Amino acid sequence: MVVDALAILRKDIRVELRAREAVPAMALFTVTAFVLFHFGFDRDRLDGDVAAGTLWVTLLLATVLGVNRLYAAEREQGGLEAMLLAPIDRTAIFLAKAAALLLYLVALELVAVPAFGLLLLGPDLVGSLPELGALLLVADIGLAATGALVGALAAETRARELIGPLLLLPLVVPLAIAGAQATEPLFTAPGVAENLGRWLGLMGLYATIFVLLSVALFDFLLED
Amino acid sequence: MYGRALAPLALGTAAASAVAFGLVFFYAPLDADQGFIQKIFYLHVPMAIVALLGFLAGGVMAAMHLRTRDRVWDMRSYVAIHLSIILGLGVLVTGSIWAKASWGHWWVWDEPMLVSFLIVFLLYAVYQPLRFSIDDPGRQARYASVFAIAGAAFTVLNFVAVRMAAAYTHPRVFSQTGGNMPADMFLTFLVSLGAMALLFATLWTLELASKNAAERLRRVRRRLEREAEHAEAGERLARPEPAPPIRPAAASR
Repeated sequence: MVVDALAILRKDIRVELRAREAVPAMALFTVTAFVLFHFGFDRDRLDGDVAAGTLWVTLLLATVLGVNRLYAAEREQGGLEAMLLAPIDRTAIFLAKAAALLLYLVALELVAVPAFGLLLLGPDLVGSLPELGALLLVADIGLAATGALVGALAAETRARELIGPLLLLPLVVPLAIAGAQATEPLFTAPGVAENLGRWLGLMGLYATIFVLLSVALFDFLLED
Repeated sequence: MYGRALAPLALGTAAASAVAFGLVFFYAPLDADQGFIQKIFYLHVPMAIVALLGFLAGGVMAAMHLRTRDRVWDMRSYVAIHLSIILGLGVLVTGSIWAKASWGHWWVWDEPMLVSFLIVFLLYAVYQPLRFSIDDPGRQARYASVFAIAGAAFTVLNFVAVRMAAAYTHPRVFSQTGGNMPADMFLTFLVSLGAMALLFATLWTLELASKNAAERLRRVRRRLEREAEHAEAGERLARPEPAPPIRPAAASR
């Protein structure tokens, strides 16, 4: 199963590297959003809870773009039928899609977080990078599972560009809560974390639940 | 199949609601701080509890659908969620009225139950659009079931997350509604909760009975139409139709 998942993942990564569809769009979206936030708040530098909220909400909204593109190639060019014909476990398809989304998100954050530090963040970013990195990574695992499930749910509906985001956004509220709460002290005084373990624990719980749920439920989405 | 339970359920609901109304207005004491408006508690909280249990029950029924492949379970799950969405709107409206009366604002962000409920409501608001934008009935049932199970799990997780956020940003204890309620208030609350649960069960049974009847009617009608067609075809065979008139050739050809 892992071998099959890796093969599908390799295909997705190759497509993304050649067509450059999802990640550049997500990165461009976040940078543009930061510019909008600058004018929206009319502030040159953000710190504390406003900075944490801006970063997390922007990243979560950018995830919506990635999820929308995650199954686009399969749907438009019949890739899913081909994969279903292949003698592989369906869970492998889910694992590959979730892993692809996880890689997209990590790639996005490698651009978006430094851009946020340069453009908007008041306090120094470098001091809080280890904590922020850990938070983002755990959040990304949960987001990847939720996104891969929601993307598959929405892909077969008539209004998929609407259903996908509307479904994903309420589902990621717990991650927004944990992310913003844990990042707020980091963006107030760099490197000073409060209750980091507790919020990481909540994100970990979220990731565990949604990975297990998605593995259990994904098969039913691909039955015909 | 659902019709038989309907009459006793409806009678029970009517009786329980009447008792609950009586208790709320004539038995339960006036709240010392909030006065008369506190009585909305006997509507708001039971509604919220029943709606949440409805969402969870919808998830369990959806799991039964995926396990047994019996579409009946999907229908049950759909009706439970659909009713919970309607109750959920009531919860948000009554909660808002209560917040305005006792805190002076139509919406407060530091009441974790209400905030969690809003998030869950926003998620379930997408249930029907998702369901009805899938044409194939089998796929519709499966996708809706996957949504219902994920939604039920999310409902629980979301309450944990919102409560944690409230605990850290607003370090105070909300014991306004729970725990140390006087016995007469608690009794009134329990009867109201029972009445609301019975109302939910009645509406659920009613909608399922009506859907069931509509489905059976459709089947009977289809069979009658088919029989009528057969009869017509038989008649035609027995008495051959006159040959169709020969049409003049089209002028343009």
